[in-house]
This record gives sequence, structure tokens and C-alpha cells, in this order.
Amino acid sequence: MTSTKDPSRGVAALHKNTLPMTHPERPLSPHLQVYRWQLTMVMSILHRATGVALVVGVFALAWWLLAVAAGGESYANAAGALASPFGKIILFGFSLALVYHLLNGIRHLLWDAGWGYDIPEVYRSGYAVAVLSVIFTAAIWWAALAGAA
Amino acid sequence: MSTGNGRYRNPMQRARGLGSAKAGTDHFWWLRMTSIALAILVPSFISVLVSMIGADLESVRAAIARPWNAILLSMFVVALFWHSKLGLQVVIEDYVHTRAAEVTLQLLVTLACAVGAFASLYAIGRIALMA
Repeated sequence: MTSTKDPSRGVAALHKNTLPMTHPERPLSPHLQVYRWQLTMVMSILHRATGVALVVGVFALAWWLLAVAAGGESYANAAGALASPFGKIILFGFSLALVYHLLNGIRHLLWDAGWGYDIPEVYRSGYAVAVLSVIFTAAIWWAALAGAA
Repeated sequence: MSTGNGRYRNPMQRARGLGSAKAGTDHFWWLRMTSIALAILVPSFISVLVSMIGADLESVRAAIARPWNAILLSMFVVALFWHSKLGLQVVIEDYVHTRAAEVTLQLLVTLACAVGAFASLYAIGRIALMA
């Protein structure tokens, strides 16, 4: 909270034009540090975080496609990097982020269509997305590892 | 807001048509359109990718080169990079408050996503024509 006792940040400062774009008396927007953590908030933050992380995955896909087109040593390097333990961990992270972002994205689309706005429904769909993300990611890796074996 | 002839204008006048942002609902609309496309294409992409595990280079190329696979994969990468660009744009708008840094980042994101999309299309085209 801003202190009104500090003359450099009070209304007097406004008159002196030292804070051209801010008004110290304005209420602050909801702030992460003072809000109790809750499912809806965590899922919203995760949606954005996974979205940003997945952009890296999209560029990795472009890199892989270029390696497939180039063939030879480029493809061998790419395939080797993806099959390495570190590559597998990264791929697992991408798969979990992708499944979560996709399922939660469908949740967002349903909200856009006007469905599921009541608080109990928001929580139900939230838990459903969390549980299904784990199940679908596990299913993908079960199929992947069974296919590789 | 109180500039020139805008002073006596009803606020509704500014909201009509393309609205005060002068871009209408383009961003909202295309983020949703690409998300619907991706919601359909991502599961098929994952299943094809998983089915190709352990395959050699030639069979991977042959799978990508099949006409409908090449077409759908091309649409998939375009939707992916488009959706990425639109999503990152909002993140930058929300968190980067220095105008110069914001504009620079927006330009870099647009450029990088365009390069990524065209590079992917080039790769798919090369694989399809090679087979």
C-alpha cells in the first residue's frame, strides 16, 4: 500500500507533476501476494505458463521437420537428442503442458460459449481438467513406451 | 478523448464498428478459430507421432509425404504459429510496460513466428516432393 505520509508520493506530488501517470490513492488491482491461492487462479496462471512454454515446443517441431527434410546427419542428431534421457524429460514436459493447455483451452471455449460459469461448475471443470491431464499424458507415454519397446 | 470534434460525440460512436482499438474483435476471433482447429488437429498429431516412434527416416518421410498428411500437417503448423503469435502478443501487452521494449518484442515475436511457420512449410514441401 502507498503511504500518504510520504510527501513525494502523496497528492502534493501530483501537483508538482512528479508522478505524471500514477495516482497514489487509486485502489490496486488484485495482487498475487495478498490473494489466497485457489484452484481457479492456479489453473489460469498455468494456462498462460504452459502456453508460453509450448511456443518453445512449436519451434522444436519446426526444427524437427527441418531435420527430417535435411536427413543424414541432421536427422541423426535430432533423433538422438530427442531419444536421450534429457530429451525425453523435455518431451514429457511438453506433452503434459500440451494436454493441459488443450483441455483447459476447451474449458475456456465453453466459457466463451456461455457454459459453466457458476462457481461450483467452474471448480468441477477445473478438477476434471487436472485429472484428465494426468490420465491422458500417462496414456500417451504408456503408448509411446510400449511402441518403442 | 476530449480532442477536437470527438468532444461532443456520444461514446457509442467510438464503440461502433471497429471500436476504439481500431482492430475490432480480430484478435479474440482468430485466437478462438485457431484454438478450435488445434483442438481437432493436436490429438491426431499426437497419435501419428506416437505411432511413428522407432520408425526410420524413410518411413517418417513417407508418412509426412502422404497427400492428406502433408496438407493437414501444413495447416497444423500454420495454426500453431498463428496461435503462438496471438498468445504471446497478449502476454507482452500485459507484462511489458516500456513502450520501446514492448514494440521491439512484438516485432520479434511476429518475425520469429513467421519464420517458424514458413520454415516448417518449406520442410513439409521438401519432404513431400522428395518422396
